Amino acid sequence: MKFQLIGVNHRSAPVEVREQLAIPESRLPEATRRLAQYPGIEEGLVLSTCNRVELLARSPNGHADLRGYLRDFFLVDTNSFASHLYELEGKDVVRHVFRVAASLDSMIVGEPQILGQVKEAYSIARNVGAVHSHLDALMTRAFAVAKRVRNETAVGTSSVSVASAAVDLAKKIFGSLEGKRVYLVGAGKMSELAARHLIAHGAATIFVSNRTHERAVDLASRFGGEAVLFEQLYESVDRADIVITSTGAPHHIFRREHGEQFLHRRKNRPMFFIDIAVPRDVDPELNKLDGMFLYDIDDLQAMVHSNLDERRHEAERAEGIIEEEVKRFLARLETLKVVPTIVSLQEHLETIRQAEVDRVRGRLGPMTREQEEAVEAMTRGIINKILHTPVSTLKTAASQPEATTLIDVIRRLFNLREDAAPGKRGRKD
Amino acid sequence: MSLLWLRVALVLYGLGLLHALLSLTGRGRFLSRIILPAVGVGAVFHFVSLAEGVAESGHLVPGTVHQSESLLAFLVMVFFLGVYLFYQTTAPGIFIFPLAFLLTLTSAIGQQPPEFSSPLLRSGWILLHIALIFTGYAALFLSFAASLLYLLQERSLKSKQPVGVLARLPALEVIDEIGYRSLLLGFPFMTLGLAAGSVIAGQQFGPGFFLDPKVLLSLLMWAVYMVLVYTRWSAGWRGRRAAFLSTVAFIVAVGAWAANYFSEVHRFTAP
Repeated sequence: MKFQLIGVNHRSAPVEVREQLAIPESRLPEATRRLAQYPGIEEGLVLSTCNRVELLARSPNGHADLRGYLRDFFLVDTNSFASHLYELEGKDVVRHVFRVAASLDSMIVGEPQILGQVKEAYSIARNVGAVHSHLDALMTRAFAVAKRVRNETAVGTSSVSVASAAVDLAKKIFGSLEGKRVYLVGAGKMSELAARHLIAHGAATIFVSNRTHERAVDLASRFGGEAVLFEQLYESVDRADIVITSTGAPHHIFRREHGEQFLHRRKNRPMFFIDIAVPRDVDPELNKLDGMFLYDIDDLQAMVHSNLDERRHEAERAEGIIEEEVKRFLARLETLKVVPTIVSLQEHLETIRQAEVDRVRGRLGPMTREQEEAVEAMTRGIINKILHTPVSTLKTAASQPEATTLIDVIRRLFNLREDAAPGKRGRKD
Repeated sequence: MSLLWLRVALVLYGLGLLHALLSLTGRGRFLSRIILPAVGVGAVFHFVSLAEGVAESGHLVPGTVHQSESLLAFLVMVFFLGVYLFYQTTAPGIFIFPLAFLLTLTSAIGQQPPEFSSPLLRSGWILLHIALIFTGYAALFLSFAASLLYLLQERSLKSKQPVGVLARLPALEVIDEIGYRSLLLGFPFMTLGLAAGSVIAGQQFGPGFFLDPKVLLSLLMWAVYMVLVYTRWSAGWRGRRAAFLSTVAFIVAVGAWAANYFSEVHRFTAP
């Protein structure tokens, strides 16, 4: 019984290949069901996101033809992009699934969406009955590992883009951005992006002012905001809590004395200036005023860099956790192997016990409840004592190579049938 | 028994103090999970201790300086826990824990001074006076702690390189709100408490009570308090200027508190 995986991701394949293999959400249940029914496959799961398409399967011998499935399902010639496909099996699959769920294999390490996508794929696979035993155990464990990585490392806690760094800072100043006003001075692409981020986090009104008023009107209309004439800039800017400047002006637009005026008119309520223009629009002196916070593009980029460094560092720690979890999971899987034998051994002895008790009951005549219970307890006790050593020997031997021999011997000695206990029942152990 | 529970509370607050000291050096992380339960349970023990104190002495008014310190420490902790309930932050603890710990410490291990024997202590007015003033004190301490946190957070934002504990402070406006609200809450309590005190002292000692150091310091504290509220309300003073005023108010408050030991009027012994 082996795990197998085939797939493409953002590193192995260009988007032209990934889009050939992408499966729309509506077809995922069908794709998953067909994978689980494909010859030689017992369980299957299909993960399809914009950065990866992966088929995960469990087969009795580890030689299921996953490429064949790709050919059949997509009606494509896999040879044309064979070099972009990666194939893993056994332990490597376990590690890979854990890493994907923990977002260590993502384009932006630590981004949180992937876990949701894996969970979605899992729930689809469960719904169509494509996972039920070992693969189920693997996925359940993967979610626990992802949670552990998230809790124990800081991977994914810091922002790694200039726009999200700006949002982080705004939140450090204002707490919630609910109802905060944003003022765009200059109608550039970057400031638009930053404004979109701020709005997504709750910022309310948007003002736009630009030397060419038409562009201000144009941008403001896209946000449902308000365009302000550039001549009225200084009178109106203090109405906003967050100011994003990105004009092409060769000199500072906002100087220290402007800041003092704004603070006076705002009764000292703090203001956050984000200056993404080069050359800069805001005099660095402004940052020295109480209640004025100024970040320029270099400050933001420095934040992003240190966050990226931190993420890399944390990702290394996360890899350690993954290795540990892979070992633990494989060991558990090994014990899973002896479970069916233990269960059928127990069932075998229990059948004998039942039959013997029934047989002797007739001869004993009517018994009181206490006597009834005493007989039950005694017979059960005998069985449990007999079973104790073989069961614990099996369990300890589970991860050793001799396990197969032991299983064989026990099955022959007690004449147990091979198909007695399917894996699923054994998982209660 | 009252003292035993107080010492249990003291040990638990000690964890808070340790956390506060460690987080200033950026290493308090491992304690942060247990800190809230620890001081919460500490406050419960503290309450039990106060209740037993009342049961033992038979009257609600604290009978000694140490008992009143214990009561004040308890109120400060209640305010801290209240802030946590509203804002989910334990950041004021950096300043609150050392203060609560010191107050509890002096009342838990100090030699018990002679009990106040003044018959005045049986009066309902005194109870009102103490309850109001102490609530005012606790709120004032909290607002002082918040103004220091505000300074820290402002520095950290301006330096653009948050490190250690600074990276985990609550947002600037949240700290500001905590400080301003506790100021607004504490001011009426303090005012009414002082008014009640003046009525009692005026009746008891005549106009001469006014020149007592405790009374003068209390009035000065109230004046600074009012300037704080006024400048904040009318000109939105915060940050450095507010922190400066808060510090002055705090120092005067400590002075007024310490004046208990040398005030003629406020001695509570039988005249």
